[in-house]
Amino acid sequence: MKLRIKFTKSGVMVFIGHLDMMRYFQKAMRRADIDIAYSQGFNPHQIMSFALPLGVGVYSDGEYLDIEANSITSSEDMCKRLNEVMVDGVTIESVKLLADNAKNAMSLVAAADYIVSFREGHAPESFSMKKFLEFCEQDSILVTKQTKKNTREIDLKSYMYEVREDKDGIYMKIGAGSANNIKPDLIFQAYEEYTGISMDEFALKVKRLDLYADLGEEDTHKFVSLEALGEDFYE
Amino acid sequence: MRKQALSDEILLKIEKPARYIGNEVNSVVKDLSKIDVRFAMCFPDVYEIGMSHLGIQILYDMFNRWEDVYCERVYSPWTDLDKIMREQNIPLFALESQDAIKDFDFLGVTIQYEMCYTNILQILELGQIPMESKDRTWEHPIVIGGGPCAYNPEPLADFFDLFYMGEGETMYRSLIDLYKEHKAKNSTREEFLREAGKLPGIYAPSMYEVVYKEDGTIAEFKPKYEDVPATVKKQIVMDLTDTCYPENPVVPFIKATQDRVVLEIQRGCIRGCRFCQAGMIYRPVRERDVEMLKDKAYKMLRNTGHEEISLSSLSSSDYSQLGELVNFLIDEFKGKGVNVSLPSLRIDAFSLDVMSKVQDVRKSSLTFAPEAGSQRMRDVINKGLTEDVIIKGAGLAFEAGWNRVKLYFMLGLPTETEEDIKGIAYLSEKIAERYYEIPKTERNGKVQIVASSSFFVPKPFTPFQWASMNTKEEFLQKAHVVNDTVKEQLNRKSIKYNYHEADVTVLEGVLARGDRRVGKVILNAYRKGCLYDAWSESFHNDLWMEAFEEEGIDIMFYTKRERDMDEILPWDFIDVGVSKEFFKREWQRAKDEVVTPNCRMACQGCGAAAFGGGVCFEAKN
Repeated sequence: MKLRIKFTKSGVMVFIGHLDMMRYFQKAMRRADIDIAYSQGFNPHQIMSFALPLGVGVYSDGEYLDIEANSITSSEDMCKRLNEVMVDGVTIESVKLLADNAKNAMSLVAAADYIVSFREGHAPESFSMKKFLEFCEQDSILVTKQTKKNTREIDLKSYMYEVREDKDGIYMKIGAGSANNIKPDLIFQAYEEYTGISMDEFALKVKRLDLYADLGEEDTHKFVSLEALGEDFYE
Repeated sequence: MRKQALSDEILLKIEKPARYIGNEVNSVVKDLSKIDVRFAMCFPDVYEIGMSHLGIQILYDMFNRWEDVYCERVYSPWTDLDKIMREQNIPLFALESQDAIKDFDFLGVTIQYEMCYTNILQILELGQIPMESKDRTWEHPIVIGGGPCAYNPEPLADFFDLFYMGEGETMYRSLIDLYKEHKAKNSTREEFLREAGKLPGIYAPSMYEVVYKEDGTIAEFKPKYEDVPATVKKQIVMDLTDTCYPENPVVPFIKATQDRVVLEIQRGCIRGCRFCQAGMIYRPVRERDVEMLKDKAYKMLRNTGHEEISLSSLSSSDYSQLGELVNFLIDEFKGKGVNVSLPSLRIDAFSLDVMSKVQDVRKSSLTFAPEAGSQRMRDVINKGLTEDVIIKGAGLAFEAGWNRVKLYFMLGLPTETEEDIKGIAYLSEKIAERYYEIPKTERNGKVQIVASSSFFVPKPFTPFQWASMNTKEEFLQKAHVVNDTVKEQLNRKSIKYNYHEADVTVLEGVLARGDRRVGKVILNAYRKGCLYDAWSESFHNDLWMEAFEEEGIDIMFYTKRERDMDEILPWDFIDVGVSKEFFKREWQRAKDEVVTPNCRMACQGCGAAAFGGGVCFEAKN
């Protein structure tokens, strides 16, 4: 059975990197006595995959991992058991059952919501929200993106689905996942070039709110939270 | 929100911030308003190393079971954070509360190897605690050291208020009660240290004075006051089953060197290898009951979520219930995705059988520790392993499919000759030849033999404590002889030879058998920037040499010089239970190339029976 677990990351836990979070969850499964399935072979490992790595220092209200379980109880019970073995700063939000043929979260991720604000004392003096929104409203925002193999020019604008001012900072819904991963930092780098102001490397405080699959057809987007693709289950 | 001693900015700038944030699974949180004594427990090396140490886990658990005590952990900040803490004047803090350790009641330091001595000074300095005991007041924590290096505490005497000789389970309750009593009645710090020094196993270095002869040896070592004991007697736990052992060890976020559940099956060793300090200071052998270990295995795996479990002890093959325990672990946990990692075992039919159950034979290697290349040399060091046994064990393993062998040796052992040195190459060759006796069709490719040698350091409380240690040049020359001889062997292409660094070994030799005068060299070297000396990339031999030069301390006096049998050794005031007479006898037998039977074969009257238990009384039960 395929399950999707949603969790949040806050406090000092934001300093724990992706690989260590994977190790953390592997151990948590055992502590919570989740009947997780193992791969075959001499060194079996748990069948578990994460939707999208979260950078060190980034907060999140919506992280996902998918697991394969041999047996299940109920959403509520499994959520409770997992929460009992979590540390401060990681909370399990939900455990949902997926269809047997469901694609895993990693391959589905198409967009992410973020709230971006400035760390205390790090906001550039010349920053103006008006100017930033103006920048975002251009027809195209060309940047060169460094990948492992080469650099390529992309138009950020085609992956910026929504940007607006929010009470906690700037809200943005932008491309995410293996194909079009745009991090908020990339947008701010382009903004720095656009305005000529410079920000220190710790200036941004980023919080991811949720991850989405895109169920739209060709040119239209229909973003659905990864959580909504699963269902609650009962004993 | 939890307190965070380091800002987000610092944590994002440094390597592995998880070393400093605490908050790990099973780390203990207590209400400070209900605490009388705050204890900072320190392993003076980087987090991943320190977190792997079982002793601290045991003590952390024990202290935190006490309602009036809160024990927290502290490790050496890595060099990147060290720099930032100095620049920004951030005091070193404990992981749990993130509070500065200078405000704690105790700072306990486990001293596991000589090359961490400069790291101890770093902990004190970054902790904003005066480095020398004489400069501390009640405003500062009581700094207490323990662990194997505490059995010659003298090089560190200036930096510690107290040392503890023995196993932590036994004396800490009395020490903490005494501390509370003295705090309550407003005693001076000196009064407290003097009283603490009367507790069994506790040594207060400031209560003793040393007088030296003109030739530099010790004329007299004595307490300054009549009520301070002249000898300090090691304290140990006699019943290792009915005692505290953690069920919820802390689980690090980042991969520690030991990322697994560790079951300590016994303490001590029956073997009596003459170079081995652990084999002497942890006498007598005491086993834990196998049922206790099974129960702990379940609980610790469940409470940590670790995917691996291993056993810990000296010479694990000698644990009387080993077969039962190992088979239980394999049967019980192997199917549940838990790896059983075996300690190094004597290679025989039993160990090969269990090894083939828990590891992929083609990918794993076998380990032998002959320690010396020739039979004569093995007799001198009392390593009761014969060539015949080694070749037979290797043969069994090769026939079962193994083709990789690791061999561990020492160079620079007392009485060593050219033939003994070359013996390392000859033995490696014989093992390779044994492999090729197997018909080609049944062999699993080529054999790979990795022979490694470390350089011998004579240690206190061993029969070799009087011995001369080789110089760096002698060590290297010997390693070259081994290397050249390996190259002359028929199977030279199957044998790879490595040797340890000689510089650091010489320094280890000075610190291991040093006296109080060596302390100023450690401080000087630290001032020059020496830190993380156990890490080859940060070890600066030239700075250490300058420090010796400037302090006028002669290295050869501590290394090359063979001690007179009646010389007062710096650690003579400590009673480890094994008598000096026994060491003398063993030193003579070594010179006579005579092997001494192990504790189970025939008691040698070493003195450890005085503890009233363990292997010494096994036959009588």
